[in-house]
Amino acid sequence: MQIPAPFDYARAASVDEAVALLARYGEDARLIAGGHSLLPMMKLRLARPEWLIDINALDELDFIRRDGNRLRIGALTRHRTLLDSDEVRALFPIITDAERVVADPVVRNRGTIGGSLCQADPAEDLSTVCTVLGAEAVIHGANGDRVIGMEDFHRGPYETAVEFDEMLTEVRLPIRERSSSAYEKVERRVGDWAVAAAGAGVTLAEDGTIADIAIGLTAVGVETRVADAEAVLRGRHPSDELIAQAGQAAARAAEPLADQRGSEEYKRHLADALTQRVVRRSIARIQTTGA
Amino acid sequence: MTMHVTMTVNGSEVERDIEPRVLLVHFLREDLGLTGTHWGCDTSNCGTCVVQLDGEPVKSCTVLAAMADGHTVKTVEGLEQGGQLDPIQQGFMEEHGLQCGFCTPGMMLTARALLDRSPNPSEGEIREAISGQICRCTGYATIVRAVQWAAEHEGADAAGGGPTNGQLETEGAHA
Ligand SMILES: Cc1cc2nc3c(=O)[nH]c(=O)nc-3n(C[C@H](O)[C@H](O)[C@H](O)COP(=O)(O)OP(=O)(O)OC[C@H]3O[C@@H](n4cnc5c(N)ncnc54)[C@H](O)[C@@H]3O)c2cc1C
Ligand code: FES
Ligand code: FES
Repeated sequence: MQIPAPFDYARAASVDEAVALLARYGEDARLIAGGHSLLPMMKLRLARPEWLIDINALDELDFIRRDGNRLRIGALTRHRTLLDSDEVRALFPIITDAERVVADPVVRNRGTIGGSLCQADPAEDLSTVCTVLGAEAVIHGANGDRVIGMEDFHRGPYETAVEFDEMLTEVRLPIRERSSSAYEKVERRVGDWAVAAAGAGVTLAEDGTIADIAIGLTAVGVETRVADAEAVLRGRHPSDELIAQAGQAAARAAEPLADQRGSEEYKRHLADALTQRVVRRSIARIQTTGA
Repeated sequence: MTMHVTMTVNGSEVERDIEPRVLLVHFLREDLGLTGTHWGCDTSNCGTCVVQLDGEPVKSCTVLAAMADGHTVKTVEGLEQGGQLDPIQQGFMEEHGLQCGFCTPGMMLTARALLDRSPNPSEGEIREAISGQICRCTGYATIVRAVQWAAEHEGADAAGGGPTNGQLETEGAHA
């Protein structure tokens, strides 16, 4: 029977209270959102917090709100809410693509975007999505909010810029014209983590050339955008030839580890094939919606 | 530290003093004696521990009882109402939706939640809804048919039919 080590529990009634509790209990305290990453780690004693601060009562962090040319998503928004949102699907289909394959439907009822990003598991899907979309993270602490880009948020596997006495409250996604996005993941079975996955966001110019592009990979040892693959396509008319070159560049950038999910060679192959698919799909989506 | 929790389980309010580290599945089975909720993989993968928390299926091996404090839980014991089986239970019986029965409580609670929000689900929707839950016996085909049976007979007997959880939000998306 797997049971967490003993801890004390407090339920925060506001963001400020959550942050105050974190400051009071120090490095031995942890927030718990959906708990679907933290509790499994606590059962295995890979995490042993002395205090858990439950933030599930913070309804003010459970929202999806359009605000001018950006979409704001509260940190406590569940995977299920993101998957079901028509507004999200219309603006950022990459999120809907990814949410379809994050864990399974029952886990998606609990897991949150904030927990996913803060867990920063190398095989976690929403970090790639947020990186590709140029997201900003709003981090709240005793001194108020600070806003940082995903490059600064993500410090490496299981590490983020959120300090022990701070919390992520919101993710902001810029809305761009003539743009779309896509995500594709290969998994062994429903609910499993990615063997590999790729995400793309594309903006087309009036003349059909690629005005801007972002490409990201999941679970293949690349935490940042894949600049070499993007450079192949930026400013060019997309062609099969160029998209294939971008795929090859993504495969070269990948540094996968062989494990029970596949060999290095297989994962590199996936980085290539999936990159090509998400770039194509993003472009096709811009053309069909005429966005 | 012990803490006091109060929650509504299958329509009745229960109160207990517990350690914060107690998982909801153990609280239900050991503190309340509701052993209909099964406990299998312990790693949030198999889904046999699924119960409804505020009307939504959750894996109770990965929820603290403390997190359910003040909330509403429904277990398989709460499906039957006034001596009448829920159409989901009836469907599992009619269509042989179980063999060993280990996965069955979790399957039924997920199916109940599905029908509450989508009364006429397609086969694809049913398969998607139960995709986080493993059945080692049936090959799923009879589970799908059991849920379809329930969808077809829902409301046919007004007493057992209809939403079983009054506080479900109505979301048009799947209607
Ligand atoms: C069986 C299974 C399969 C899964 N498969 C996938 C998958 O394929 N892809 C995928 O991406 N994920 C997967 N997950 C993870 C799932 O998406 C988790 O729900 C998610 O990673 C964590 O969200 P949570 O709300 O449960 O976080 P929690 O477990 O509550 O928290 C995770 C960490 O983040 C911290 N935290 C939480 N919220 C905040 C906040 N607002 N500010 C600061 N810190 C915070 C916590 O202190 C903790 O350290 C899977 C999980 C399970 C159980
Ligand atoms: S025991 Fe909870 S998912 Fe297997
Ligand atoms: S009936 Fe045996 S596991 Fe499903």
